[in-house]
Amino acid sequence: MLITSPAFKQNAHEALADAQLQKAMGHVRSGFIDKRSHAVEALPEFDALRDSARAIKDHTLANLDLYLTAYEEKVLAAGGKVHWAETAAEARGIVLDICRMHDAKTVAKGKSMITEEIELNDFLEASGIRPVETDLGEYIIQLRGEHPSHIIAPAVHLNKEQVEADFRRVHTDLPPERDLSDPASLLGEARRVLRQKYFEADIGITGANFLVAETGSSIIVTNEGNGDLSQILPRVHVVIASIEKVVPTLEDAAQILRVLARSATGQEMSVYTTVSTGPRRPNDPDGPDEYHVILLDNGRSSMLGTEFQEMLRCIRCGACMNHCPVYHAVGGHAYGWVYPGPMGAVLTPSLIGVDKAGHLPNASTFCGRCESVCPMKIPLPKMMRHWREREWERGLNPTAARTGLKFWAWFARRPALYHLATWLAFPLLAVAGGRKRRFGFLPLAGGWVRHRDMPAPQGRTFMQQWRDRDALKQGSPL
Amino acid sequence: MEPTPSSRTGRPNVGLFVTCLVDLFRPSVGFAAVKLMEDAGCAVDAPMTQTCCGQPAYNSGDRADTRAIAEATIAAFEGFDYVVAPSGSCAGMLKKHYPALFRGDAAWEERARAFSDKVHELTSFLVDVLGVRNVAAAVPGTATYHDSCSGLRELGVQRQPRALLASVDGLKLTEMAEADVCCGFGGTFCVKYSEISNAIVEKKTANIEAAGADMLLAGDLGCLMNVAGKLRRQGSATEVRHVAEVLAGMTDTPPIGGR
Repeated sequence: MLITSPAFKQNAHEALADAQLQKAMGHVRSGFIDKRSHAVEALPEFDALRDSARAIKDHTLANLDLYLTAYEEKVLAAGGKVHWAETAAEARGIVLDICRMHDAKTVAKGKSMITEEIELNDFLEASGIRPVETDLGEYIIQLRGEHPSHIIAPAVHLNKEQVEADFRRVHTDLPPERDLSDPASLLGEARRVLRQKYFEADIGITGANFLVAETGSSIIVTNEGNGDLSQILPRVHVVIASIEKVVPTLEDAAQILRVLARSATGQEMSVYTTVSTGPRRPNDPDGPDEYHVILLDNGRSSMLGTEFQEMLRCIRCGACMNHCPVYHAVGGHAYGWVYPGPMGAVLTPSLIGVDKAGHLPNASTFCGRCESVCPMKIPLPKMMRHWREREWERGLNPTAARTGLKFWAWFARRPALYHLATWLAFPLLAVAGGRKRRFGFLPLAGGWVRHRDMPAPQGRTFMQQWRDRDALKQGSPL
Repeated sequence: MEPTPSSRTGRPNVGLFVTCLVDLFRPSVGFAAVKLMEDAGCAVDAPMTQTCCGQPAYNSGDRADTRAIAEATIAAFEGFDYVVAPSGSCAGMLKKHYPALFRGDAAWEERARAFSDKVHELTSFLVDVLGVRNVAAAVPGTATYHDSCSGLRELGVQRQPRALLASVDGLKLTEMAEADVCCGFGGTFCVKYSEISNAIVEKKTANIEAAGADMLLAGDLGCLMNVAGKLRRQGSATEVRHVAEVLAGMTDTPPIGGR
């Protein structure tokens, strides 16, 4: 996928002018937030659960090699295969090998952000294999040739009228006079169309919410049941997961599940929580003949031991973006790569480089709402600031911003000069503000006055007046 | 928590961290803060060696300048029992971020921690430390209160300003929707990403207008200048003031950005 993160400002400009997008984003603002808040209020121990979830992941990350090795042994013992991939290209190559081995024509896919990250769909299509997205949102954006704009609600940027138009455009074998005005009718139609595809698929590919070292299991959570069908009906199940998805035990996974759905959608549990361990055994009623796991690094191990390690606790619930005023304003596509919102602002520079993704950690007001709702207590603003420090050290900021800041800091470090300069300047600025006490235009403040007036200073600075008051009190001449 | 009386004056000895925006744009907020703390029995001074908390540099990734400014600020306030700022954002910087800035630095870590222990946001200082329950002010009208992000989420400032405002004669407090959502200021963010900042502040002013109050109040001048600038540009009649001015009954000065 084309990385447009360097054009974030232009992307945001277009997003703000997109009436359909703005209408759709209104639902994010209300829906997710209220639901999460009700779910959290109903669980008094929620904050304690966050602490224990964080501790589980911190412990796992500190011993990642041990748990990954233990996980691999258990997968092998259950009859599965494990493939280690350092890069996206390696992971794609492994998928293709498996597809070729089985002469696969069609692949059914459960919803997975990791396959977005490695651009699997484009690659499979170029290799003559048809990937079919089975999650409703993913299916919709696949029809549109788009990418997810949200990590758990990929089509959240769309309105139902747009989806109806897409279904009428693509599902031409269905009667044109059918009624699709109700969201349930859209869901029903997608379900009928997709049902057949599971049976056509040679291979099912899913991501994983957790890999369990204790049992060698992979766990996915879905609300539509599509993930189950994708991994049970085809002959081969391929799990693609990044290495930080591993947790030590089933009990640990269960603990984190308690904060995951509540943070994501406000549900106590997602509708389906599916645990897969190896291929079908002789007495199992169903399941795949082969079970593969591709363990992908793709830059994660380089975050270990750095100030960005805590980002690897992320469980991809989406709460940070659901509560982010910047995400609400511009939507997910403006971020220009796979992961949007605050988690994307920290993760994307790690994965594609801060030189390309530099805008993302800067386009934050540091309001801290993301960190306050993060179930894993990831200090997202702090890590965005760390990216800004890397940019500053490497001189990646725009020259004007750097020069302006250095000029200001030079004065701020010298109180006597600072007060002298401000005592001279601000009373004049106050006079210039006139009786309206504000400016509609101000040189060098274009970013501000384009959209709002600039309140004028009152007159003499506080420190100037305070010195005079002190002098008066002590009876010395002014 | 009982206030510590200074041995010298017999009263809590408070250093006012004026904040650069109050110093330059709205000194009346500083004088309102002084009045509130003096009324509550404090001795207040504002050392001349202060300038800014360093957030513009800190949030731009410029650690060297931030450190230099932080060292000067810590030194400027070493003689006080308390350091109080009429801003949740600046107080959050001094209280939460200074210790992080000096972590692992043998010469400064302890000094920074001792300093940050003394720092409070104004309304939180009045309520939580001094135990103030009522202020002697009469301001007729209705007001709605915006929770500035850093004060709210870094320092837990939410009920304190509301409790004090409830004691102002003639003032009725009415809550707006999404009072705890960012106004879009974000320091340099509002000029670096001015279009996004504008989209965020438009949602804020819509919530303010829907609340139907005469006055918008908040505890941070950055947010207030942003919101006032937008309300004035939109031709709104809502007046904008810092919460300290209302609590001190000092509403004879024109509101932020005029009427």
